[in-house]
Amino acid sequence: MQRVNVPPFESFYAEHRGEVLGLLRRRLGTQAAEDAFQETFLRALHAYPRLEHDRHLRAWVLTIASRVAIDAHRRARPAGGEVPEIAVEDGRPDWAGLGELTDGLPPTERAAVVLRYGFDLPYDRIAAALGSSPEAARQAASSGVRRLRGRSSQ
Amino acid sequence: MTVTSDLDRRFREAAAAAGLLDAGFDVVESPIGPLFVAVTPRGLLRIEFGGNGSEEHVELLARLAGPRVLRAPRAVSETKRELDQYFAGTRHAFDLTVDLRGVRPFAERVLAELARVPYGETTTYGALAAKVGAPRAARAVGTVMNRNPIPIVLPCHRVVGSNGSLTGYAGGLHVKERLLRLEGAII
Repeated sequence: MQRVNVPPFESFYAEHRGEVLGLLRRRLGTQAAEDAFQETFLRALHAYPRLEHDRHLRAWVLTIASRVAIDAHRRARPAGGEVPEIAVEDGRPDWAGLGELTDGLPPTERAAVVLRYGFDLPYDRIAAALGSSPEAARQAASSGVRRLRGRSSQ
Repeated sequence: MTVTSDLDRRFREAAAAAGLLDAGFDVVESPIGPLFVAVTPRGLLRIEFGGNGSEEHVELLARLAGPRVLRAPRAVSETKRELDQYFAGTRHAFDLTVDLRGVRPFAERVLAELARVPYGETTTYGALAAKVGAPRAARAVGTVMNRNPIPIVLPCHRVVGSNGSLTGYAGGLHVKERLLRLEGAII
């Protein structure tokens, strides 16, 4: 049995999702808020086991949402278009099959592959969700894909 | 601000797809009523009769598996598929890995032996006790059956009294009878 210092994520999510969506809509508008909502709670989910107590959970998740909103604003400014660096030979796999396909990959690689190819998130967002750098996220996705190719050619 | 069901569903899908959950659960419909099903990265952790995903259920999962517990249909989809096939009569054995966290060593041995009882056959508490090398522990085996964390998949419905009576079942005797009839073990 593990000692649990925080409520089950289900309760945490149910309690704060409305407020998080409200904040994101005010900052980003209805459309962009939906992507940011998903990213906020994926980021929270990733960091959740490292929380040491259940105080300030509301402030914590609103802080994450604010950072996600700031990142989204930055991205909205015109910059160099993103060029995908990994060509998937047989076209982009249907995301519904990705969970099964990537079963058995190391967790970070699996998350990176699913978020990149299944949910089409850019590397900076994946990095945000994983709590790493965009470069590390790119490498994780890339080595995940290599591993999958190795597996499928066996 | 109300989160639309579509947005909610997409987040739950993404969370499960990204492999970020300690346990994902859902309530699935079946011919014997709603079943609460929970799956971890190690395998199937729980099936409960009449489970509704109440706070108690969720708390228990968090204590067993870790705090990242979320209702996520995707996480239980494989279990649901095999259960549907079982109830349709087209599946006689489950290909699911089980997660027996929180189960004591004696119970684990009993459950491992239970898993070998074939579809459509029955055994007795005493016979199962003998198989794990504790021939006089029929009563203790009964307790293990009663607390079976993964009924149906670990087929405690196939264990009956030495006189052939159905004795008991966590889901109710009518459910035990129904499962045995489905399997053709009784007429």
